[in-house]
Amino acid sequence: MPATPTTPSAPEPAAPDLQAPVLEVRDLAKLYPLTQGVVVKRRIGAVRAVDTVSFALRRGETLGIVGESGCGKSTVAKLLVSLERPTAGTIHYRGEDITRLSGRALRAVRRNIQMVFQDPYTSLNPRMTVGDIIGEPFEIHPEAAPKGERRRAVQELLEVVGLSPEHLNRYPHQFSGGQRQRIGIARGLALRPEVIVADEPVSALDVSVQAQVVNLMERLQDEFGLAYVFIAHDLSVVRHIADRVAVMYLGRFAETGTGPEIYDHPTHPYTQALLSAVPVPDPVARTRRTRILLPGDVPSPANPPSGCRFRTRCWKARDRCATEVPVLAVPPGATGPAAHASACHFAEEHAEVRA
Amino acid sequence: MAARLLEVRDLRVEFRTRDGIAEAVGGVSYGVDAGRTLAVLGESGSGKSVTAQAVMGILDSPPGRVTGGQVLFRGRDLLTMGARERRRIRGAAMAMIFQDALSALNPVVSVGAQLAEMYEVHRGMSRKDARRRAVELMDRVRIPAAGQRAGDYPHQFSGGMRQRIMIAMAMALEPELIIADEPTTALDVTVQAQVMDLLAELRREYAMGLVLITHDLGVVADVADTIAVMYAGRIVETAPVRDLYRRPAHPYTRGLLDSVPRVDHRGERLYAIKGAPPSPLAMPSGCPFHPRCPRAQEVCRTERPPLYEVATADATRAFGASPGSGASGASAVSIASSASPGSGAPPAPGGRTSACHFWKDELDARDSHDALGA
Repeated sequence: MPATPTTPSAPEPAAPDLQAPVLEVRDLAKLYPLTQGVVVKRRIGAVRAVDTVSFALRRGETLGIVGESGCGKSTVAKLLVSLERPTAGTIHYRGEDITRLSGRALRAVRRNIQMVFQDPYTSLNPRMTVGDIIGEPFEIHPEAAPKGERRRAVQELLEVVGLSPEHLNRYPHQFSGGQRQRIGIARGLALRPEVIVADEPVSALDVSVQAQVVNLMERLQDEFGLAYVFIAHDLSVVRHIADRVAVMYLGRFAETGTGPEIYDHPTHPYTQALLSAVPVPDPVARTRRTRILLPGDVPSPANPPSGCRFRTRCWKARDRCATEVPVLAVPPGATGPAAHASACHFAEEHAEVRA
Repeated sequence: MAARLLEVRDLRVEFRTRDGIAEAVGGVSYGVDAGRTLAVLGESGSGKSVTAQAVMGILDSPPGRVTGGQVLFRGRDLLTMGARERRRIRGAAMAMIFQDALSALNPVVSVGAQLAEMYEVHRGMSRKDARRRAVELMDRVRIPAAGQRAGDYPHQFSGGMRQRIMIAMAMALEPELIIADEPTTALDVTVQAQVMDLLAELRREYAMGLVLITHDLGVVADVADTIAVMYAGRIVETAPVRDLYRRPAHPYTRGLLDSVPRVDHRGERLYAIKGAPPSPLAMPSGCPFHPRCPRAQEVCRTERPPLYEVATADATRAFGASPGSGASGASAVSIASSASPGSGAPPAPGGRTSACHFWKDELDARDSHDALGA
């Protein structure tokens, strides 16, 4: 076999194209029907949990999705790992639409897209040993590790996430929260996936333990070339770990861009308000920051406002916002780092607002 | 000198469990004056909530038991008071705000009636008057259309609104002291900002003392005057808010500050404190932080550090006192955790304290760190 490929079209498995997206999501939507009546159920509406969300995830990249509770970020996670079926839209993994797959083909794809859950206390079966929990993926995908080698594979995984291999026969309750989350990560890693969807992986942990898990996830990403979809409500953690960030509000992306674009040059009013509200652990820095206090609460996704969904809490809202849905696009006239996609008719960098 | 609003001295709380006696609070002292905010910062299991429950007199006992110390409210010890007398103070003079409003409110009574109950029970008002006051109160915490919503039940409100009702209930009798236990932890950031602002505004308006219990270093930086950091049932460091963030004098505080990612700048790799907090049933010998401490020496394994008074160059400059003589600024909040039972008196007000044998090295390390960074 020649050392170098002779034609550029020949794929080289050892060094895949870093620019090609592993995961490509287009116009993804999930509606949960609302029904009334006990015997005869009538549909009276729908909760639009996720509404036309699109993004691409490249190899080894981290996409952070931030938003407040109820914005649909966890539903996106469930759709990505096929725990839920989308109402509309496509999810392409390596060029194949996984929303249409079922049975054996779906299982093959799922092996490559794994999930790490939020709550390490409830996402591990209390009656299974750690060895069984981490080894369970091998039962479903026997091709990943032959039977005789599973025990060793599990021990290796424990070591990779920083736990002692002797802990194989212990039960989840014998571990602390941080250690449990490591077990959850080891389970997600077992099948050597390409993509890990992590839904609030550190928010249930104590501050001093959070950093351990964040560092572990970064190390594993480098080691295994993982792509992460990192979903969190904590903007600080997302800033730390993500290459690109999507800000979500009521089922839609309000603004997307690289970390510095979103955090230092936000153009969407919601992003600006969100960033200004994050408490900074530095009493000197707080005096330099302008705070935008948003009125009211997030509207119900069962009955979202017309036009721009943020307009009911927005200080920039005008008549146009009620009638016309703003598209997620680079605002005309934006230059430099402010030139990134923002779903606002009046997107503009606010001179005083940055994180 | 008039008695302080609240002064906790050498408070100790134990829990008797099947596996043995757990010392949840091991000699904590702190104090707050009217119009001031003391933040008690700690991770889960550090004893910060248990301390507050003991102060309020709502500790679950059994299994919890106060085994020592004093809780002085305006100079009178609440722990030796009779149950009836204590009950008159609780709610009227000191009130508490809980983290989870949905489980703290009664689900089968309308919020208006729950608020009105405060006036009926404590003030003997008629039902009609009490109801009117309840609506005023809801209006005061900015619940829209308060008159119409008074008949609604807790589940009909959003998280932020429920927390406002909790605040309204605590404020109802205009207490002198409010203890807020993680009041915004369950809320989204934009709502958290609203609620913290409301709380700060009310504290100013009524010149109340506020004890804010939290694990969030960011929230503390925004509102507190003084911080007490708790670890494993003890206070490990106390300082005015700016000093603590700029130059922590305890390795645990330093570790916490370095391990939180910041939204205002992207750092490199996060510093991670190794290990996990100890179990109260198996407390390490000596300094309880030593198994996780990068600075630990032999002495830390054997000798429990007392709460040293921290004399910084800043304090010397600010108060014109020499180090160690105890800066005599009239700061309104002072805190201490005494290392030996009996020595309950907190050190000079305004002084910083640190329960680390090597607090000086920690301060110096920060200085050289800053010098390198600049």
